[in-house]
Amino acid sequence: MNLTLRVWRQSGPSDDGRMVTYKVEDVSPDMSFLEMLDVLNERLILEGDDPIAFDHDCREGICGMCGMVINGVAHGEQRATTTCQLHMRHFEDGATITIEPWRAAPFPVVKDLVVDRSAFDRIIQAGGFVSVPAGSAPDAHSVPVRKEDADAAFDAATCIGCGACVAACPNGSASLFTAAKITHLSLLPQGQPERLSRAKAMVDQMDAEGFGGCTNTGECTAVCPKGIPLETIARMNSDYLKANAK
Amino acid sequence: MKYTEGSEIHDTKAPAGPIEERWEKRKFSAKLVNPANKRKLTVIVVGTGLAGGSAAATLGELGYNVKSFCYQDTPRRAHSIAAQGGINAAKNYRGDGDSIYRLFYDTVKGGDFRARESNVYRLAQVSVNIIDQAVAQGVPFAREYGGLLDTRSFGGAQVSRTFYARGQTGQQLLLGAYQALERQIAAGTVTMHTRHEMLDVIVADGRARGVIVRDMVTGEIERHLADAVVLATGGYGNVFFLSTNAKGCNTTAIWRAHERGAYFANPCYTQIHPTCIPVSGEYQSKLTLMSESLRNDGRVWVPLRKNDTRAPGDIPDDERDYYLERIYPAFGNLVPRDIASRAAKNVCDEGRGVGPGGLGVYLDFRDAINRLGRDAVEKKYGNLFEMYERITGENPYDVPMRIYPAVHYTMGGLWVDYDLQSTIPGLFVIGEANFSDHGANRLGASALMQGLADGYFVLPTTIGDYLAAGPFGDVDDAAIAEAEVKVRNKIDRLLSVNGTRTPDSFHRELGKLMWDYCGMERTEESLRKALERIPELREEFWQNVKVTGTAEELNQVLERAGRVADFFDLAELMCLDALIRTESCGGHFRAESQDADGEALRDDEHFAHVSAWEFSPSGEPVLHKEPLEYEYVKMTQRSYK
Repeated sequence: MNLTLRVWRQSGPSDDGRMVTYKVEDVSPDMSFLEMLDVLNERLILEGDDPIAFDHDCREGICGMCGMVINGVAHGEQRATTTCQLHMRHFEDGATITIEPWRAAPFPVVKDLVVDRSAFDRIIQAGGFVSVPAGSAPDAHSVPVRKEDADAAFDAATCIGCGACVAACPNGSASLFTAAKITHLSLLPQGQPERLSRAKAMVDQMDAEGFGGCTNTGECTAVCPKGIPLETIARMNSDYLKANAK
Repeated sequence: MKYTEGSEIHDTKAPAGPIEERWEKRKFSAKLVNPANKRKLTVIVVGTGLAGGSAAATLGELGYNVKSFCYQDTPRRAHSIAAQGGINAAKNYRGDGDSIYRLFYDTVKGGDFRARESNVYRLAQVSVNIIDQAVAQGVPFAREYGGLLDTRSFGGAQVSRTFYARGQTGQQLLLGAYQALERQIAAGTVTMHTRHEMLDVIVADGRARGVIVRDMVTGEIERHLADAVVLATGGYGNVFFLSTNAKGCNTTAIWRAHERGAYFANPCYTQIHPTCIPVSGEYQSKLTLMSESLRNDGRVWVPLRKNDTRAPGDIPDDERDYYLERIYPAFGNLVPRDIASRAAKNVCDEGRGVGPGGLGVYLDFRDAINRLGRDAVEKKYGNLFEMYERITGENPYDVPMRIYPAVHYTMGGLWVDYDLQSTIPGLFVIGEANFSDHGANRLGASALMQGLADGYFVLPTTIGDYLAAGPFGDVDDAAIAEAEVKVRNKIDRLLSVNGTRTPDSFHRELGKLMWDYCGMERTEESLRKALERIPELREEFWQNVKVTGTAEELNQVLERAGRVADFFDLAELMCLDALIRTESCGGHFRAESQDADGEALRDDEHFAHVSAWEFSPSGEPVLHKEPLEYEYVKMTQRSYK
């Protein structure tokens, strides 16, 4: 396959970015999207150019580190797929592909396609955990959990924190990310004691980071590589309201 | 490559006495640090996976000042997150005869009698607490309808002791540790430094007192000081270029600690995982593992005839060879990883492999789908099937998966004593970065167990014993400056070559060399070839590598070049270690050492020891042997037949 790439290049957070066009040839349909970029980068290095900086690590769709907007869609058009698991067989020979970083004010561009998502960590710091000191936990069988609850909690817990939800949201909201964690913990007995204070603290932190509000557009779930459902946001809002009513 | 032999290691600090009492004894004898003094002590933890994340969180919670470092943009990305299958624990919730002793026994035997009994027994003891801890944190393990925890069986075990969270157990356990870590960051006990890479250890007055790191965004070289340093930086399987490790996994932190005096133990012990998706082309950047749990229901086979090019569905049952079930009737498809990997290699070498290049075997779910129904199979393995289809473009519900062994985990690493302390006082090493508990082969679902045992339970106790003598006062300026200059010089050198080959092209070539000559099967001849070729290739690297950009910016080419440079040095030591160990054990199969049936032949008389290598600037490393004694599990030939 031969492709034309239009890639966002930006040397640092305070620099103006611009789109740069590259031709790539001999792309195998079995390559992953990132491997296709690797091939281009190898060439750029040999030509003495700065290769395109992008974040990636596990390349198995689970670490959440990779992420780019491909043809206007976070992680590309294939549903429920991270960029590293997107393969070139889904593109047409001769296609032009536009590649941009996540764009949201709380995610400043570090370089090219690399953005700073540390705002997510600060949302977790606000309360996205169960307060358990190491070494004193009761026997794991002492608290039974309904299988349905455990499964639903697991579904929410699979969020990889990639930030596609923010990139896709017209408001730049981090609601799906935050709601996934709140839902995971609020469905389990272990998460009950801190349930309401957690929801309040995490939502307040999300706002403080400058993420926008949720208007139920649903773009977030459409691009979520793990299929986190919109209901999680309803659950978050419900807990948040209860917390504020107290 | 020349080497010399040094003194044997006899004191590993393991307490004497009955094995089941040793850890209790050590805990009681470990000095305590009072809470007011903990605040005056600083610990650096490098790496935020299961071991590092849990250690940093626990040390912070105990009241120490903790500085945590990772190269990713957030600690939640550490590669522990990719572990699929599960975590072992001797809970005996199934009542199928499991016990701490049996988990200990299976692990020592599974490690081909090259692990320490005391360490492994402790691991089995602590495994029980790990599950309790994780459940209390809200890790959503799989449950039975009655609300209790579900378990499954895993390669190398005949009891059902593996706790799991669908095919994403590593993810859920890591997020548990990450959340505990973020809680401590919020509490102010842990300071987090993301996008920082450790490039040297500061050793002053004979103690590890800090690290030199590079801020990967600004390029700034920073010094961080502490009373003790913990390395939790994972394994070095990426020396093979293609492996199941994340792209960023590297050896730099432990290699540079090795250069500072930490012994490197059993570097040649590499685990090859039998169920990975085969390589598809020259551009490939990494390999993806399919969880071993798939072998609970999937049956492994190849055609009986050589070069049989029929579609799998067109090959009738009596023309299929379910070779694991045939050769190992007791364990069948659940034989340990080294056995399954070698069996796959053998049938492919016979010309019966399937897929492009004949480097693949079938992992077939036809019978499971017929027996349990497609829905049940989908419930158990759905996400793994989806992942397979995404990568290969084939639907495993309709055609069998194709799998082939790949490099997965390194059992070698920095040598540590029972307290997890390296040969540099004050430098502790935990998780995959140390060599300790797995011997020459790691059983399934035991890496997560070791990482968390070290981080939540073992290190927080043993490091206190060391820190009780602290704080250790000001750090000698000259030692800091020397480390910093060394780091800067290496970076400057890489940037000044300006040759004609990329760092990745060297890495690929080194990796291929290691796979061909020091991979699943090794011979004296192949290892000698590698030892000849590696120095030549390294020489070419330093003459001809091209690193673009500058040191004062986010520069991914520079990052990679530095890591590849360290992989060269490590690769050489791996080959030397493999050359000297003229026995087959674990994933390390020496063609010269096999029995009449072609099974791996251990040589306990000459090799029942840990090989701990001391770095020598002259280029002639010193080999220290730590004899292994088995008081409880009798050394026998492993048989799964």
